[in-house]
Amino acid sequence: MIADRARGRSITRRGLLIAGLGLMLLAGVYVLALRFTPMEVSQGLAQKIFYLHVPAAWTSLLVFSVVGITSAVYLWLRDERLDLFAASSAEVGVVFSIIMLTTGPLWAKPIWGTWWQWDARLTLTLFLFFLFVGYLSLRAAVPDPGERARYSAVVAILGFLLVPFVHLSVYLFRTIHPMPVVLKPSAPSLPDSMLRTLLIAFAVDLVLYIGFVTARYGLGLLAHARAAELEDRPDA
Amino acid sequence: MRPSDGSLLTALDIERAFGARRALAGVSLVVQPGEAILLAGPNGAGKTTLLRCLAGLARPTRGTVHVLGRALRVGDAASRRRIGMVAHQTWLHDDLTLLENFSFAARLYDLPEPRRVALAALEGAGLLARAGDLPPALSRGMQQRAAIARALLHQPDILLLDEPFSGLDAAACAGLRATIGGIIARGAGAIVVSHQPQEVWEVATRVVALRAGRVVLDTPKVGSAAAGIDELSELTVG
Amino acid sequence: MANPLRAALILAARDIRAELRSRTALTSALVFAALVLVVFNFARDPTRLGVADLAPSALWITFAFGAMTTLNRAFGIEKEHGALDLLRLAPMPREAIYGGKLLANLAFVFVVEAVALPLFVLFFNRPIWHILGPLLLVTALATIGFVAVGTLLSAMAVRTRFAELMLPLLLLPFMLPPVIGAVQVTARLFADRPLSEVTGWLRLLAVYDVVFVTISVLIFPAVADE
Repeated sequence: MIADRARGRSITRRGLLIAGLGLMLLAGVYVLALRFTPMEVSQGLAQKIFYLHVPAAWTSLLVFSVVGITSAVYLWLRDERLDLFAASSAEVGVVFSIIMLTTGPLWAKPIWGTWWQWDARLTLTLFLFFLFVGYLSLRAAVPDPGERARYSAVVAILGFLLVPFVHLSVYLFRTIHPMPVVLKPSAPSLPDSMLRTLLIAFAVDLVLYIGFVTARYGLGLLAHARAAELEDRPDA
Repeated sequence: MRPSDGSLLTALDIERAFGARRALAGVSLVVQPGEAILLAGPNGAGKTTLLRCLAGLARPTRGTVHVLGRALRVGDAASRRRIGMVAHQTWLHDDLTLLENFSFAARLYDLPEPRRVALAALEGAGLLARAGDLPPALSRGMQQRAAIARALLHQPDILLLDEPFSGLDAAACAGLRATIGGIIARGAGAIVVSHQPQEVWEVATRVVALRAGRVVLDTPKVGSAAAGIDELSELTVG
Repeated sequence: MANPLRAALILAARDIRAELRSRTALTSALVFAALVLVVFNFARDPTRLGVADLAPSALWITFAFGAMTTLNRAFGIEKEHGALDLLRLAPMPREAIYGGKLLANLAFVFVVEAVALPLFVLFFNRPIWHILGPLLLVTALATIGFVAVGTLLSAMAVRTRFAELMLPLLLLPFMLPPVIGAVQVTARLFADRPLSEVTGWLRLLAVYDVVFVTISVLIFPAVADE
């Protein structure tokens, strides 16, 4: 992989710029959600977490799919840049997944009266988190870079194939054992204003993802460049 | 470029790299029948990596390996049959007797009458009496003898040995040199990786030295051990 | 090796023979299974939770963790002294290496289950003869599911520094669909529900098996080949 410091630095800078933009937009989304979107009648203020939780969940799922697909292409083409991109995406994805997991209970408690529910969506979010953690732990535990790339690619692909099964199993499980629910969260039909805020929040999350993954990728290139320079140093 | 005819093994421009690390950078090597090549070099020069590429255990990022004219590929059984290897580890399963280990190896290579072949090999290595023993019960020297006998079970044309002398006493070393001599005498080839060249010097016919993933010396062995080894250390360590 | 299936059987036979001699994986798994069953029996509040409620979960946690204990020893490279290299050096197709390991692991886990099941009947006092057929079927389907993935993952885990921790960490998400399905079916079988109620779950288990065995066979070369 051809990596030089200048390119690594410029990519990192570009990524941080996009991420910075994303953070500003995120602030804007909060203002939008808090002031300019109507209050949900039955859930009150707590429902606003919805605009943080659901886009994070969608983004986690999307990022995980990206990791899975990029890994599959890596195994086919064996281009190290794909491996670096998959790893960078996973690092960003796990953060979104943590946001999703922490905001879920924060929303659930006031609404449902319980911190957690084993419904299809929340369980899937928990599983995505475990899969991300497994992927990153495996990467941390394999010293050889070629082996690390291959192994984590395998885990990513397996995980990607697992997701529909988890969703289906939990969904079937839930429809047979309905748990007592005080109030149903996010009704299937959302008023347009809420839907709009939700979609804007999702778009902003995507901007954040693109920004952070670019920055992380750039940092990875820098690390490679540094290692390459060390390699080429004449023997002492 | 077509591999040289008549050679047992031809490796061309072998490169193995991932990211910034280049373990091998353009190594070419030809093994003719009857050659015993000493592959020397300091630790980290890439000797084991090269051997693994030649064995087909590691895939080079660039370059080709041909065995008896056929490209060495994962799916190509014919070329794989021509290679035998003795690695750092004995590849003997601790929970199986020597006979069971050897029978399994014979079956792996599709040899007819695997048990008979296994017994013959054990006898040839002077280990028939220990056929029913488990590997941990054997001394290091015997385990190594077993590993070598197992590697030769399917009568390969090329034997690759990675630091085979480590942990052996003087008698066992002499025995190993004799075995290698016997192999090349019948027209096969051998590559012996060693960072202690004096062990192999007697039986070697050619010396190849690696340094930082490149070949720095490839010459027939001439002269005494002392002079040759001095020259080697100069080249490889600097 | 012309025939991958034959090669796989030869490898499986070797692994089984080796395990029969040392019995370390089987012994630890069996002891573990017995322990889990005993703990389950004492870990419930008898006034609130009837044996019937707990039985399917107890059985499947025993099977699942027993399998995990067995799998941890499966690729026991330290005992084979790098013998994966021996298999790869030989003209042995990669699918056969995975297939052989899978068959051997299935044999080991089935043995553990075959011993745990009577123990379960003993401790939990649940007759199972009338449902033995379907129970064996669901056990086979679920076990194949997580042993297939477990075999693949243990090939990788065993090369990491914390192998015994890495395998459960990686494998647990993959155990969810088989275990959910298995517990659902087992619970219904214990409750003497008609078989028609469980066919959906059995189908899901079967699809899971087909998908993951296939993908494991196809992707194993990426794990095995450097």
